[in-house]
Amino acid sequence: MSTAGERQRFLARPSFIELDARERACAILDPGTFRELAGPFDRLKSPWLPLQGVVAQADDGVVIARGSIEGRSAVVASIEGAYQGGSIGEVSGAKLAGALELALRDCQLGRPVRPVLLLETGGVRLQEANLGLAAIAEVHAAIVALRRHVPVVAVVAGLVGCFGGMSLAAALCSRLIVTRAARLGMNGPEVIEQEAGLAELDAGDRALIWSLMGGEQRVATGFADVLVEDDAEAIAAEVRRAFASPAGPPRSEQVETLIARLAGIDGEHPPEPAALRTLWAREA
Amino acid sequence: MGAAHTLHGIGLRWLEALTGSAGLLDSAPRTVRVADAPLGAEVARFIAIVPDPDNRFPRARAGEVGLDEALGLARQVRRTIAEDAQRGPRPIIALVDVTSQAYGRREELLGIHLAGAAAVDAYASARLAGHPLIALLVGKAISGGFLTHGYQANRILALDSPEVLIHAMSQQSAARVTRRTVEELEQLGAQVAPMAYDVRSYAKLGLLHRLIGGVNAAAPAPGDLERVRAELIAAVVEARAAPRDLSSRLTSAAALAGRAASIAVRRRLAEQWDAP
Repeated sequence: MSTAGERQRFLARPSFIELDARERACAILDPGTFRELAGPFDRLKSPWLPLQGVVAQADDGVVIARGSIEGRSAVVASIEGAYQGGSIGEVSGAKLAGALELALRDCQLGRPVRPVLLLETGGVRLQEANLGLAAIAEVHAAIVALRRHVPVVAVVAGLVGCFGGMSLAAALCSRLIVTRAARLGMNGPEVIEQEAGLAELDAGDRALIWSLMGGEQRVATGFADVLVEDDAEAIAAEVRRAFASPAGPPRSEQVETLIARLAGIDGEHPPEPAALRTLWAREA
Repeated sequence: MGAAHTLHGIGLRWLEALTGSAGLLDSAPRTVRVADAPLGAEVARFIAIVPDPDNRFPRARAGEVGLDEALGLARQVRRTIAEDAQRGPRPIIALVDVTSQAYGRREELLGIHLAGAAAVDAYASARLAGHPLIALLVGKAISGGFLTHGYQANRILALDSPEVLIHAMSQQSAARVTRRTVEELEQLGAQVAPMAYDVRSYAKLGLLHRLIGGVNAAAPAPGDLERVRAELIAAVVEARAAPRDLSSRLTSAAALAGRAASIAVRRRLAEQWDAP
């Protein structure tokens, strides 16, 4: 931020994080092409939440939108972090998996669809436990199958982050775009603190949490591809770049590389986050 | 045998019973056991996760799927795919008894989510390559443990036994998180099927291909083994004749009721997929 002009531009940027799930999907698609499927007027609500005294929202917290990206057929699945922590229940999970399955069908028919996942989720919705977990397994299956036809692009912008089984979904994608506000991990800090105690992890220590699983650390240690500012236009541009450039082998296929780099780590006393960056520095 | 071993050793017990081997390999951590054994007219590969009280990662010492376990699964499944590329894909049987994923600070720093994704990717790739992938639930199938070891299977079979528990979070953890007692959770599970832990409730959801009754999960008898083998062989035949995806979990008779919303959402998406 060296000049006043640059500072001005930074302050004027359109925030992506502040957008709701629907606005985020709009921001990714070509202007004017957003068309929502299984939207609020279809009233596909969770059948399980009302049984437990929780009000069910008419879209179950997931927006599926068709449209185009650089003129090519696309589908964006956007999770609303503000509803039930972006948790995956039967309906929201079926929307995610179902959209990816239809994109796969079109790809298999020779009609490529560009899939984008906007992930903002704590993982399985505890009130729909086994059906949420099952839906996440179906999301995984669909990503692995679809990725053979077309890059599957994911964005974790924040503020919820991406946790639980959905963090595996993020790791299965061809390209993963994150901001500094993003957190990506299998177990949320609160869950670890509760399961393993305060000595294992203090969930209230924000600096510690972001040093472990924040977007910047994840890019520096090879767990994500691109670090972007919280700027809707910059994020949309990175999504376009992901489809324009040929995707290398997905990181979840790099098993021997992952085993080799983990072999050098002391399980009882692993390096501090900053040291791990040096050790696992990404190749430029 | 330590207490943890006795408590969570069901996977190993079934591996030994079905293959006659403890499945130790030089290319895998002691927690990832792999053995080949005849299954009908062919040879199948059996994989189990086994607790190791001396695991180099302290948070993965009670049968959790940790970093080494997930990557070990990924390596062994990928090796199976590579070995069979020329001679036809053999069945892979995942014997499932996993308490959960490992919860820890080290695990997050070192990216257990990617290790887990590597296991999921390998299993899904095996299925797509034509390996009949069968999960046999003999014990716990909890959360990230189940996602990484079993949930990508063409067919899921389970023993109708109280040791078999399926959920997104262990009973003790869920009780702490929701500030309920284990008894209250069980009561809730009786009213709300996806919240239950027991395998009979799970069977109502339509995700299970077969519930195998009358088998002692903790101590299988010779007759039990023959019945289980017959069920595995039948599931392999069915998997080979069916699509290589997970669609059978939506088309089973139980799924029509148990996953009615999952089916309705997909129907609506398909109707609206192409612009009017």
